[in-house]
Amino acid sequence: MADYKWPEESKKTLIGKRINRIDGPQKVTGRAKYNSDLKRPGMLYGKIVRSPYAHAKVLSVDTSAAEKMPGVKAVKLIDVPKGEVQWVGQEIAAVVATEEHLAEDAARAVKVTYEPLPHFVKEDDFAKAGDRATQADERTEGDPDKGFKEAEVVTEGFYAMPVITHCTLESHGSVTEWEGEDKLNLYLSTQNVSGSAGQIAPNLKIPATNIHVHQDHVGGGFGSKFGPDLWDVQGALLAKMAGKPVKMFLDREAELMVAGSRPSTFAKVKVAAKKDGTILAWDSVSWGTGGLTGAGTPGIPYVWKIPYHRKHTPVLTNIGATRAWRAPNHPQACYVTNSALEDLAADLKMDPLDLFIKNIELCDRAALYKEELLKAAELIEWKKKWHQRGDPAPGHIKRGLGLSLHTWGGRGHVAECRFTINPDSSVAIDLGSQDLGTGTRTVIAIVAADTLGLPLNAVKLNIGDNKYPPAGASGGSTTVGGVSATTRRAAVDALEALFKVVAPALNADPANLEAVGGKIQVKGDSSKSMSWKQACAKMGVTPISINAKNKPNDELSNSGVSGVQMAEVSVDIETGIVKIEKMVAVQDVGLIINLKTAESQVYGAMIMGISYSLFEEKIMDETSGRMLNPNMEFYKLAGILDVGKLQVHMMTGPDQDKRGVIGLGEPPVISPGAAIGNAVANAIGIRVPNLPLTPDRVLAALEKKGGLS
Amino acid sequence: MARSRDPEVKPKKGLSRRAFLSRSAGLAISTPIIAEAELAASAGPAADVKILGPGKVPVTLQINGKPHNLSIEPRVTLLDALRNYLDFTGAKKVCDRAVCGSCTVIMDGKPVYACAVLAIEAQGKQITTVESLSAEGKLHPIQAAFVQNDAQQCGYCTPGFVMACKALLDKNPNPTMEQVREGLGGNLCRCGTYAGIRQAVQTAGKALKGGRTNG
Repeated sequence: MADYKWPEESKKTLIGKRINRIDGPQKVTGRAKYNSDLKRPGMLYGKIVRSPYAHAKVLSVDTSAAEKMPGVKAVKLIDVPKGEVQWVGQEIAAVVATEEHLAEDAARAVKVTYEPLPHFVKEDDFAKAGDRATQADERTEGDPDKGFKEAEVVTEGFYAMPVITHCTLESHGSVTEWEGEDKLNLYLSTQNVSGSAGQIAPNLKIPATNIHVHQDHVGGGFGSKFGPDLWDVQGALLAKMAGKPVKMFLDREAELMVAGSRPSTFAKVKVAAKKDGTILAWDSVSWGTGGLTGAGTPGIPYVWKIPYHRKHTPVLTNIGATRAWRAPNHPQACYVTNSALEDLAADLKMDPLDLFIKNIELCDRAALYKEELLKAAELIEWKKKWHQRGDPAPGHIKRGLGLSLHTWGGRGHVAECRFTINPDSSVAIDLGSQDLGTGTRTVIAIVAADTLGLPLNAVKLNIGDNKYPPAGASGGSTTVGGVSATTRRAAVDALEALFKVVAPALNADPANLEAVGGKIQVKGDSSKSMSWKQACAKMGVTPISINAKNKPNDELSNSGVSGVQMAEVSVDIETGIVKIEKMVAVQDVGLIINLKTAESQVYGAMIMGISYSLFEEKIMDETSGRMLNPNMEFYKLAGILDVGKLQVHMMTGPDQDKRGVIGLGEPPVISPGAAIGNAVANAIGIRVPNLPLTPDRVLAALEKKGGLS
Repeated sequence: MARSRDPEVKPKKGLSRRAFLSRSAGLAISTPIIAEAELAASAGPAADVKILGPGKVPVTLQINGKPHNLSIEPRVTLLDALRNYLDFTGAKKVCDRAVCGSCTVIMDGKPVYACAVLAIEAQGKQITTVESLSAEGKLHPIQAAFVQNDAQQCGYCTPGFVMACKALLDKNPNPTMEQVREGLGGNLCRCGTYAGIRQAVQTAGKALKGGRTNG
């Protein structure tokens, strides 16, 4: 039985080091081809005609004028369920033309008549939700009533996060190209290379096996690109009608209106505690929207196992549908919970760090959380800088500190891979996964090369195509655990096969061989060795080819991380502008394969978190039912000026290594809302309940508090 | 919050695409090139105005030192010309309205948003795209610094950042961190690679000019 377990610290040559991502040179030179960069022979450009109404009956669609427009090659209607559009941007018809602007002209020439119907797009005031409020999800754990009876302090608060969008820089879409009547090449921008053919096949009425999916790079997904969309189906159908390949990528307006959003959460919370800070009970009433579909219930109280009663009501709105947004429901749950606990600390005049540590046994992995809290506190100089609520310093710039903690699962998904060692000594790995920019390619190559005792560039890696063995979608932070485990198993098996081939020549038992430094040698005896090239030549003409598949619960991957973040902000109480001075992230993630790209994930997640904490909101207009900011001037992302000093501390060492590999993409994006919101409250002396913390909201909170000082 | 880039970058004269699209009556025309749709909204052509379009017109773009001849409508942006009519796809189409910088190219030494320049306006100018930086198969020091500092994730904004960095360092090889932040404030990244980018600019500045002499 092969021993697949991860190498000990002393044996690791590449695993855990800081390695440059192997596709970095492609990306920085512009040579990396995204599917939105493709140009196929005779390719047409597609455009979708979209509803300007949030709710309306479609009375008629007249495509006759559009069909006669210059360059137009095909126009088709899109089936609107029950003849009623349900959000602005819903698809009505699609056109393809020889040039992009000609397709836009033609889309504008499609005449649609509507009968507007009542819509509902703003859920912030629950009293107005009426019958848009659906069945509440109500739940009790433990005995919260007892806690409230015994309480010496009850803190009440309100916390809200709006709907935000994914805003992937490469918009959603595809290039579709038919080969004959029933074979399709699908160049999709996706987080799910292996799983896309099966999703689109029924719409195209061809077998999934006839669909070839290929993607070298994807320009961002964040949970919004798990399969082909309606517009990809339309693109493929139009490509067939026109007999030409079709590029159908969303423009930015459509991208922000319909291609994914994160559900909102509004929560009224009561927390019961003793005067010494012992947390006793939780009660919350919350609501939120994910469009017209349910969006799940944020798991509040979050991380802290407080006896609770909670009631969450999904509210249906006529906005584009929600999609998984990096760590679904966690940022909302985290923000509500850690904000309420910080408010409790303020009511008790306690340092929230002390409150957290006092109650830390309410968290799983309490010792780890405590260690991370103390490390983060050291890095941000918490004990030196923290003050009671309201910065006592004179002047209009007020500084404050805030903290938060989070959790995520992140066990590896199931991935398969084909691992080949050739007689000419080359090594190839084929794996139907995808690299979202998280560093997946590099991780696979590191595991393979480390296992074989070879340099990184000795491994030829093929991913991003459904002709390779299938791997799971890249979501839920499951990729690194999956691809690293399956690669490890394959590499170990392939190496064992090679050992059997070369053992006679070394006059040794195959079980007594090892691959080190580009050689195969008798364990611990470098005098009995041969080079990797010589060893491979012993195969004759037949390569070693191994198909491997990791097991969902093997020891190579694990689940359940902690993580702590702290923020230091300054707030100008005259303008209401919040500035991030510094943010610190302390993150455990089990065995780290590539420290460099792991740190990048955490930096990136903190920045994305700063972005949604300070700037991002899908602003809906009650009257027109439209999104008011479907563009990047007014749907703001944090820029390089906005992010302050950032510091990442990864938890490393034997305690982490022995856990195995755990996913990292999601956990560090969860805490920024709470950490920053708490820091602002600490700075200005009052809670600003709603994210993003825009100047108007900060000033409104200050006014409520009763002035500027 | 404020995002600025070198104010010189913004077209002071010439027809920006946004102005073109807005078709505001009474728009002051100071350019010798005008599209017909614009003309219809203005008082009438001045004697020295050349009318182009709406049909296709011959356009020659000088890209990375070589001329490229195209036949395109005057409304086609430089970005669409690069991506759809030629094969310079390093510049990306993201916001398509001069906000995010993913389409940044260098035009006569200055960084511009290629989505906000009409191809006809770019004639006669030296256009440098990201593809030219590693033309001989070797990474430019800025690109090497981006790789070394992991200043990219999904990579879609990366070519734009590389070009904005080049424009910055060409002008000022020893930027302070504040100048780095100002110089790159017109580019946006969704994955959050700014920490690596800040480091990369410093590394590249050192490689290009032997480094900063003081803080």
